[in-house]
Amino acid sequence: MLHGHQTWVFANRPTIISSSVVGGPFEAQGPLADDFDILHGDLWLGQDSYEKAERKLLEEACENAIEKAGLKKEDIQFFLSGDLMNQIVSSSFAARTLALPYLGLFGACSTSMESLALGALLIESKAAEKVICGAVSHNAAAEKQFRYPNEYGAQKPDTAQWTVTAAGVGLLSSHGEGPKVTSATIGRVVDMGMTDPFNMGAAMAPAAVDTITAHLRDLRISAREYDLIATGDLGKVGHKIAADLFAKHDIDIPREIFTDCGLLIYSGEQPVFSGGSGCGCSAAVTYGHILNRMKRGELKKILIVATGALLSPLSYQQKESIPCIAHAVSIEYHR
Amino acid sequence: MSNKKKKKLTPVQQEYQAFAKEREPRRPLALNSLKAFVVGGGICVLGQVISDFFLWNFNFTEKTVGNPTVAVLILISVILTSLGIYDHLAQWAGAGTAVPVTGFANSIASAAIEHRSEGYVLGVGGNMFKLAGSVITYGVFAAFVVALIKTTIAALGGA
Repeated sequence: MLHGHQTWVFANRPTIISSSVVGGPFEAQGPLADDFDILHGDLWLGQDSYEKAERKLLEEACENAIEKAGLKKEDIQFFLSGDLMNQIVSSSFAARTLALPYLGLFGACSTSMESLALGALLIESKAAEKVICGAVSHNAAAEKQFRYPNEYGAQKPDTAQWTVTAAGVGLLSSHGEGPKVTSATIGRVVDMGMTDPFNMGAAMAPAAVDTITAHLRDLRISAREYDLIATGDLGKVGHKIAADLFAKHDIDIPREIFTDCGLLIYSGEQPVFSGGSGCGCSAAVTYGHILNRMKRGELKKILIVATGALLSPLSYQQKESIPCIAHAVSIEYHR
Repeated sequence: MSNKKKKKLTPVQQEYQAFAKEREPRRPLALNSLKAFVVGGGICVLGQVISDFFLWNFNFTEKTVGNPTVAVLILISVILTSLGIYDHLAQWAGAGTAVPVTGFANSIASAAIEHRSEGYVLGVGGNMFKLAGSVITYGVFAAFVVALIKTTIAALGGA
């Protein structure tokens, strides 16, 4: 179980028996469109507010994942989820619809892996046999809450990131066929005194580096054991900083296996500044694109490091710096 | 960043911030200024055209033509905001679309649209001036101070 300071090793190997990813219209134009289970052409999803649309994304993803596994809601013991809305209403309201015992989580964009790590821990400790873990974000709902009204004409710098409209969920089971969750490293909060919310990549990069370093140290392994190490939404700016930080500290992370979910989800032609972000970004890329690659046999062992900026609009206005966190989960699939 | 603020940071934080700064894309200041100048100037030219139109076709004087001109510019801005075009223009133009009266109209219209989902009273009414409120507050206060100075000078027998 506990290995080193902050890493859990799951000997019982909780299995992701099914996963589901639901996205919006802008994600449908991206290179990973084929990896989504459901894509919506309408940013509103037929709802009358963006907040309701976000909720709908998560509900659909959960229902789809349960259906894909050939299960019923009653077969699932717990639902672990989080999002970016105040008081994580999207997750809580989706939990109301699903009517499952629910643990609401907030780790900003790190929630995707926070929920997977905790879900795996529940299975490992035999506290549950099947759990659903997920995260969701909606571009317009996040803009409204964290930045300016969507139609307000404010110029964003190139360091800004684009909040992904997507939900990604994984159904974890104590046994079954599918990718196995083998370990998880819970991150520390790292604050480098960065204050610009339009430059989250640079704020979060040290947290990602800290968690990856801790993961390798705790398990006494080299990064080369992994076929892929994907951080969750550092974007172009943060990814470069993280890669250079590793080089600076002499930690061997081969460039060809080191990538970022915020870089994968959109194409270079899409006007997303530094890249994608939001809870749904790493969730959608992991549970969709990356798991699909594992199922095709292209990847055997991966590490997903979801990074979160733990700020609020209020803390920013009060001139506080941005505390950041990263959680890493390793997944293996040997066919 | 001010020196006072920098002193609060630990050496590690300072070192990292310098490290990160080298790897961040710089804001293209000269290009942004040029774009803002062209678009902002363009909006002013448009205003001049509208004002000349009113002057030639209707019974307005140089002094009274300002009101209908501003009303038309505001209307155009609000329509572009509602159609979801203004924010895209602004991403390109920056201060060029933010500084003229059209930017002010956009800030009010966008907030009103955004908070429609919370109802007309708490949503639209309560949030409409979320962004424009500070402009109004300090605009009115600045006008008051200027008027006070002008009145004082006049009372002392100045010009």
